[in-house]
Amino acid sequence: MSEKLIEVVDLKKYFKTRQGDLHAVDGINFSINRGETLGIVGESGCGKSTLGRLVMRLHEATSGSVYYNGTDITKLKGSKLKELRKEMQIIFQDPYSSLNPRMTVSNLIAEPLNLNKVYKTKQETEARVKELMETVGLAPRLINAYPHELDGGRRQRIGIARALALNPKVIVCDEPVSALDVSIQAQILNLLMDLQDEYGLTYLFITHDLSVVKHISNRIAVMYLGQCIELASSKEIFANPIHPYTKALLSAIPVADTSVRGKKQEILKGEVVSPINPKPGCRFAPRCAYATEACTSCELSLREVEPGHFVSCRLFDGEK
Amino acid sequence: MENILEIKDLHVQYQTSEDTNYALNGIDLNIQKGETLGLVGETGAGKTTIALSILRLLQSGVGQIKSGDILFEGKSLLELNDTEIRKVRGDKISMIFQDPMSSLNPVLTVGDQIAEAIDLHRSLSKQELSDMVDSTLELVGIPKSRKNDYPHQFSGGMKQRVIIAIALSTNPELLIADEPTTALDVTIQAQVLHLMEELKQKLNMSMLMITHDLGIVAQICDHVAIIYAGKIIEYGTVYEIFDKSREHHPYTKGLFGSIPDLTVETRRLTPVKGLMADPADLPEGCYFHPRCDECMEICKNKVPDSCGMGGEHYVRCHLFKERQV
Repeated sequence: MSEKLIEVVDLKKYFKTRQGDLHAVDGINFSINRGETLGIVGESGCGKSTLGRLVMRLHEATSGSVYYNGTDITKLKGSKLKELRKEMQIIFQDPYSSLNPRMTVSNLIAEPLNLNKVYKTKQETEARVKELMETVGLAPRLINAYPHELDGGRRQRIGIARALALNPKVIVCDEPVSALDVSIQAQILNLLMDLQDEYGLTYLFITHDLSVVKHISNRIAVMYLGQCIELASSKEIFANPIHPYTKALLSAIPVADTSVRGKKQEILKGEVVSPINPKPGCRFAPRCAYATEACTSCELSLREVEPGHFVSCRLFDGEK
Repeated sequence: MENILEIKDLHVQYQTSEDTNYALNGIDLNIQKGETLGLVGETGAGKTTIALSILRLLQSGVGQIKSGDILFEGKSLLELNDTEIRKVRGDKISMIFQDPMSSLNPVLTVGDQIAEAIDLHRSLSKQELSDMVDSTLELVGIPKSRKNDYPHQFSGGMKQRVIIAIALSTNPELLIADEPTTALDVTIQAQVLHLMEELKQKLNMSMLMITHDLGIVAQICDHVAIIYAGKIIEYGTVYEIFDKSREHHPYTKGLFGSIPDLTVETRRLTPVKGLMADPADLPEGCYFHPRCDECMEICKNKVPDSCGMGGEHYVRCHLFKERQV
């Protein structure tokens, strides 16, 4: 179980802008074990989606490496890269805009099969499409429907069927449920977890919704402005958050329980600063209640403060 | 408690060239003075239609109020003519729209946009108007030096503050907030909710909070109404609705079962099966029966009445009929 399937080493992605380099992903390290779900949480603009795309090589990294099964995929080319594409798939956030409106459900699901010439005959492809539709819970009568005839939940099921079509090992889920209503969201989350059990899938699950990420992930990485600031098992993060940002993030979730009403919560001041040419030191320092002058000068990296619990904060440097 | 707003048996339909959508099917709802009422439901349940009906902003020719009445401070809003309703809208009743990114005018400075709202309802001199814009901006925590900036120079959270400033600039009696924080990140959401709560106390407003987030409801609402297919299916104080020892409507249970609980370890969620009823083709009897696990024969042909569950708690479901007797 604990075999590393994906390993990300000092991964960086800078986008060139007129004002300077935008540090979207800035020195991220983590690994994902086979069959595990790693959740990535953070606010908009923190680089979560860029990270997901780098791992799949939909973006070219500025520097650093992504190892899949021991091979560095940032250097792959040609047919080797095409092989890799079959192993890794992505489910996109917005089921309303990620499906071609002029293709039917069966065309949409068959597209990855046809592109990779998986089957020789139409019958075989159609049989597989039907099988996939059943797997993701789409009624067979919808096979010739167009996306606009379907609601968000069903469209997202098409997206999942497309991702599953080539029997991938890894699926990057980029906010797969945030555009859906809660009851539909729960149906899709249940489906994703069932599929993981059945096919032994490995997920990189990107979301801003903390309750969703706790529910589905084994481990969680919290991102802030392109950097991973805390990484631990999902139980540990919620029971014992260490980084001041993680703490603030957790206390900001409105809890569906009246007993905590009126309790004073820690409200973060200010907003995320610009990721263009960031200042050295801790990026969270301008909003942090515990920041001292030293926070803006030192270089930080993830440190293991407890077994399996990594934090990047100067306050915890000296300990252990 | 005195009611600031009373909605009585409101029926609203949207007429399209193809079919008729029964958006609201007999809504009865009161908002008390000074309280926050949470209106909870999924997409297409009719939440926004209620808000638009109150402000008479339904698209003319398409959305029609078929029957029922809306009383604001005892007077019917439906009987007002266009000039009269315009005096109420944005003055006595204000609305915060869902999407801060698209509800500001990109070619006007935020100061001008706030001034516009005040200018329409108050006759002030230029200087007074400018002072009022400054104080409104400060009320929502934006430095007044930024009043000459354009919307694109603000972040999402700041834009939502500008929208709140516009809505509050006239000291409304009732504020309708339609998913005011859905487009925002959690830490910014916490800031905005905190601000709204503070201002509500300060200005002694009543608020209709439209949301699908049960967390927000639990933290800031006084009463809660749960809407499904254009009918209120459960109503009560926030404590009654969130009291797990009480009995609830099967749909309410499904809504609670859909949110992952941060405190309990569960492998599977227990959502409502199926999809929201189609407003153009509503089922007979209880609108929820095709999705309900506890559906009985009577549910398929008879619309249930509201049953008192003790206190202010009401549930519209056949399961609880006996208790009423």
